[in-house]
Amino acid sequence: MEVPILKQGEFLIATFQAALSDADLKSLRIGLVQQVVRFRSRAVIVDVTAMDVMDSFASRTLREIAQMIRLRGAETVIVGIQPEVAFAMVQLGLTLEGVATALDLEEGLAYLNEKFKTTN
Amino acid sequence: MGDSGVYLRPVAGVPPFETTGESWYSCLTASESMQLRGVISGHSGQGRDDVAKRESGSQDSAAQNSRGGSLAHTEASSELLRELVAHLRQHRTQLREEWVSRITETRLLTAMTKEEIFAEATSVYDSYVEALETETFEALQAYARNLSERIIPRGVETHEVVGIVLLLRDVLARSLFAKYQTDFKKLNRILDAYEPAANRIANTVAISFVQERERVIRQQQEAIRELSTPVLQVRERLLILPIIGVIDPQRARQLTEQLLRGIRTNRAKVVVIDITGVAAMDATVANHLVQTVEASRLLGATVIVTGLSPEIAQTLVTIGVDLGIMNTVGDLQGGIEQAERLLGYKVVPSAEPR
Repeated sequence: MEVPILKQGEFLIATFQAALSDADLKSLRIGLVQQVVRFRSRAVIVDVTAMDVMDSFASRTLREIAQMIRLRGAETVIVGIQPEVAFAMVQLGLTLEGVATALDLEEGLAYLNEKFKTTN
Repeated sequence: MGDSGVYLRPVAGVPPFETTGESWYSCLTASESMQLRGVISGHSGQGRDDVAKRESGSQDSAAQNSRGGSLAHTEASSELLRELVAHLRQHRTQLREEWVSRITETRLLTAMTKEEIFAEATSVYDSYVEALETETFEALQAYARNLSERIIPRGVETHEVVGIVLLLRDVLARSLFAKYQTDFKKLNRILDAYEPAANRIANTVAISFVQERERVIRQQQEAIRELSTPVLQVRERLLILPIIGVIDPQRARQLTEQLLRGIRTNRAKVVVIDITGVAAMDATVANHLVQTVEASRLLGATVIVTGLSPEIAQTLVTIGVDLGIMNTVGDLQGGIEQAERLLGYKVVPSAEPR
C-alpha cells in the first residue's frame, strides 16, 4: 500500500499505514525526496502513529529519509512513535540519532512553526 | 527388575514419603503404566524391542499383584488408624498437656502467651486427630492457613511452626511405643499406618504456613510496586519522576513503561528524573536508564536526570554512556529550573519577600 504524501503549506506530511512492506518504504523514500524539491517544502513530517511494530529495516529507512532530505535542503520530524515501539527500538539500538522527533502531528507542526518563525 | 529406578519415580500429587516402597505400584494408574511401557520401549532401540516387551509384560503382572496386595494392606491400615484415633481421643488431655509442656520446654512460640499456646494446641490436636481419622486434609489445611494468618504478624517463624507439629508427632509416637511395647509386631503395623499420615500432616501444615507467608510477601511487593513509581506533572508539559530505593531490572522496566505512558497522556515535553534517593545501580539498570532517556526522546520529550550519586556517575562512565544524549543536572531544583527554561517559563517573584 502506497503512503500518501500530503502538502500542508510549507511542509509535506506522510502518514504511515498499519502494515508497510519494504517496497512501500522504498517508494516512500523516493517519493518524499522528489516531492520535497518539487514543492519547495521546508520540512517533512513522517507520522508513524499507526505502526505498532517497527523493524530494523523501517527504522533504518526512516533515518535514511531524514538524511537524504537534509541533503535536499529540508528538515524531517518523525512523529507519533508509540511508547512500546520507542522502547523496543532503543533496545535494538535503533535510536534515530540526529533526527528530530515529536509526540504527534500537532507537536511536530508546532515544533517546525517555532523553528522557522525564528529563522525568518 | 534392572530398571527399578523407573518404577520408583515419584507420582504426581503423591508426596514421596507417603507410601512404603511396596505401595509405589499402587500409585500407578493404568494410563501411567501404559506411559511407563512407552518410556521403556522408547529407550530400548530396535534390537531390544522384544526384551522390552517381555519386561513390560512381567512388570504388568507384578503391578497387578501388588495392586491386589496393597488393597488388602489399605483395609488393614485403616483398621489400625481407627484404633489409633480411638487411643488418641482417649488420652487427649494427657497427651495435649505433655505436648504443651514440651513446646514451652523447647522455647518454641515465644511470641505467644501460655494460654494462647494451650488454646491453639487444643485445636491443632483435634484437627490433627480428625485428619488422621478421615484421611482428608482440607480442614486441617484451612485451619493451618487461618492459624498462619493470625500468628505471622506476631513474628512466628517457619521453624517454630514445623517444630511444634514435629513435637506433636513425637509425643504421639512415644505414647504409641508405650502402649504397644509388649507387642512389637502390632507396634510395627501401627507405625506403618501412623507414620505416612503424620508425615503428610506435618507437610500440609508446613506448606500452608509457607504459602500464607508467600501470599503476604506478594501482597506487600504489590503494594510497594504501586506506591513507588509516581509520575507527577508539575507544570503544563513538565513531568517529574522521583525514584527512591533500590531499582532492580523489573522495577526499571516498570518505571520506563509508566514514564513513556505518562509522556503520552500528559503530552510532556520535558521530564525530570530525580534519582537522589537511589544510592547505587548496576550496569544493567544504568543501561536501562539510558535507554529510557533515548526512548523518551523518540516520543519528542527531553529528559533531565538529576541527583546522580558519585557511584551512579561512576557506573554511567564505566558503561560508556554517550554524554551528548544525557542531560544531567546536580539537584532536583536545578533540574526543574532548566526544564522551565526549556519550556520558556520565567519565574519572577511577584513581590519582595516579607
